[in-house]
Amino acid sequence: MTDNTNTSQPSSGAVQTTGHAWDGDLQEYNNPLPRWWLWSFYGTVVFSIFYWFIYPSWPVGDTWIKGFGTVAYTTVDKATGKEQEKEVRWNTRALLLEELGNAANDPQRKQMLAKVEAADYEQIVKDPKMMEFVRSVGKGLFGDNCAACHGGGGQGVVGLYPNLTDDDWLWGSGIDKIHETLMQGRNGFMPAFGQVLKPEQLDDVAEYVLTLSDEALQSEAAERGKAIFQGQVGGCYYCHGADAKGLSALGSANLTDKIWTIANVPAQKTLEDKKAVIKNFVAKGVHNTRTMPAWKDRLSPTDIKLLAVYVRQLGGAQ
Amino acid sequence: MRHEHIETNSALMLVLILLVISIGGLVEIVPLFYINETLEKVDGVRPYTPLEIRGRDIYVREGCYLCHSQQIRPFRDEWLRYGHYSLAAESQYDHPFQWGSKRTGPDLARLGGKYSDQWHVQHLKAPRSVVPQSIMPNYPWLLDNDLDYKDVGSRMRALRITGVPYSVTQAEYDANVQKYGQAIADQLDISKAQDSLLQQAREKNFDGLPDRITEMEALIAYLQVLGTMVDFTQYDEGYFVEFR
Repeated sequence: MTDNTNTSQPSSGAVQTTGHAWDGDLQEYNNPLPRWWLWSFYGTVVFSIFYWFIYPSWPVGDTWIKGFGTVAYTTVDKATGKEQEKEVRWNTRALLLEELGNAANDPQRKQMLAKVEAADYEQIVKDPKMMEFVRSVGKGLFGDNCAACHGGGGQGVVGLYPNLTDDDWLWGSGIDKIHETLMQGRNGFMPAFGQVLKPEQLDDVAEYVLTLSDEALQSEAAERGKAIFQGQVGGCYYCHGADAKGLSALGSANLTDKIWTIANVPAQKTLEDKKAVIKNFVAKGVHNTRTMPAWKDRLSPTDIKLLAVYVRQLGGAQ
Repeated sequence: MRHEHIETNSALMLVLILLVISIGGLVEIVPLFYINETLEKVDGVRPYTPLEIRGRDIYVREGCYLCHSQQIRPFRDEWLRYGHYSLAAESQYDHPFQWGSKRTGPDLARLGGKYSDQWHVQHLKAPRSVVPQSIMPNYPWLLDNDLDYKDVGSRMRALRITGVPYSVTQAEYDANVQKYGQAIADQLDISKAQDSLLQQAREKNFDGLPDRITEMEALIAYLQVLGTMVDFTQYDEGYFVEFR
């Protein structure tokens, strides 16, 4: 046995053993690390000592070594509104402020942001350079904040979140209106008519609504539905208007433009199915299911400005 | 001491191993119990309400932390994408904290208020119905399962042991009224835990189902409060630097 083990090892005898033996004959070869490796290791140990002193490191008692590096940054004092220059021991929070405040970082962006901040909406829309900036920065902002509901391209989800690319605006098409939507959020509301109207009346109203966008032909049922829509029984015209074109002040939908934001009419094949989706929706109403959060506390005024213009141009307007 | 001596004496080796590996812990962890100045003094951070605690437990149960972090670092890109960097004070009542170290999905530290309750219901049920490119799994059972809230008081008592100021005595309750106002203090009162949970659930109806209280309800209540407790407009940015 012993002989066999020996023959599988280098026979030159160049590798030394550690010098001790267990159980009589169990020995260990000694293969030291290469010298260059060992010295590099010692080097890192020495380096770490300097490193401790330059950057914050060891906790000591109830404080810690703050290091020798410093960072200078500017901050706006909330009480006085004045900019202050401060210099502190190196830390990542100060470093972030320094980076955000430093005009040398991304000078073009800073310059354009200042320009957008100063301009009103009309000026921004007319200036191709500013619009180019809006499109590129707005895309990122939209992706981070709006895309989860409205989709990456602003296409929305029928029945849930409005499509922003079709130039059909529930709350008004002006940039100022979009700005208002972003600032304060929106809560779409329609009362439920399931208790108010009888099933056959709901049928009639649905039939009438479909004639408004040429989905159904004129019929007696549609006439009856019109009477409900335009009369006191249903009173739909209060919000949707006598012309059924909607009122942007209330966020009520235009029912004549063949764009469906909640009831997915185009996806239904037969007239009966189309009627059914509208009926279902008129019966149930809309309550806390079409909610857009307010962004005024989350995004900066400039970001909201950029987004308002970006969203407006998604809808096709320049 | 010779190497051979240590290797042949297992009790001695055990003691020496313990000594060596405890150095890191002693140096890095023990001082943290004495360093209070890193905890930012900010208003608004409060313990979770009973409904939010149950939501947090579901968050942990479903392993959300495996893909979502809750810690925005002080870097420019994170600042631009997620908002203000996380403060130590904001997770002071988290046991265990949900900082996480893996971002397969986005960071959730400032998720509260970003999307509507309805969006969360839809997105948790079927993420791809609102975000087509998402790889998040569906969690449809959150809407099917009724929330088990019978033991929420015990959960609060357990958290209380770790230092979260849920109140048992009148004096503790009064202190909470002083600190957080009556409405929140009522929510933090362990003896009223179940009623408070039901009250919040009925009032806010996070899951959109008025006659049921589901696990979805609790989870969304929790998600909607994440990162919303501190009003950052109150402070100038230099203030937070002073704690580093």
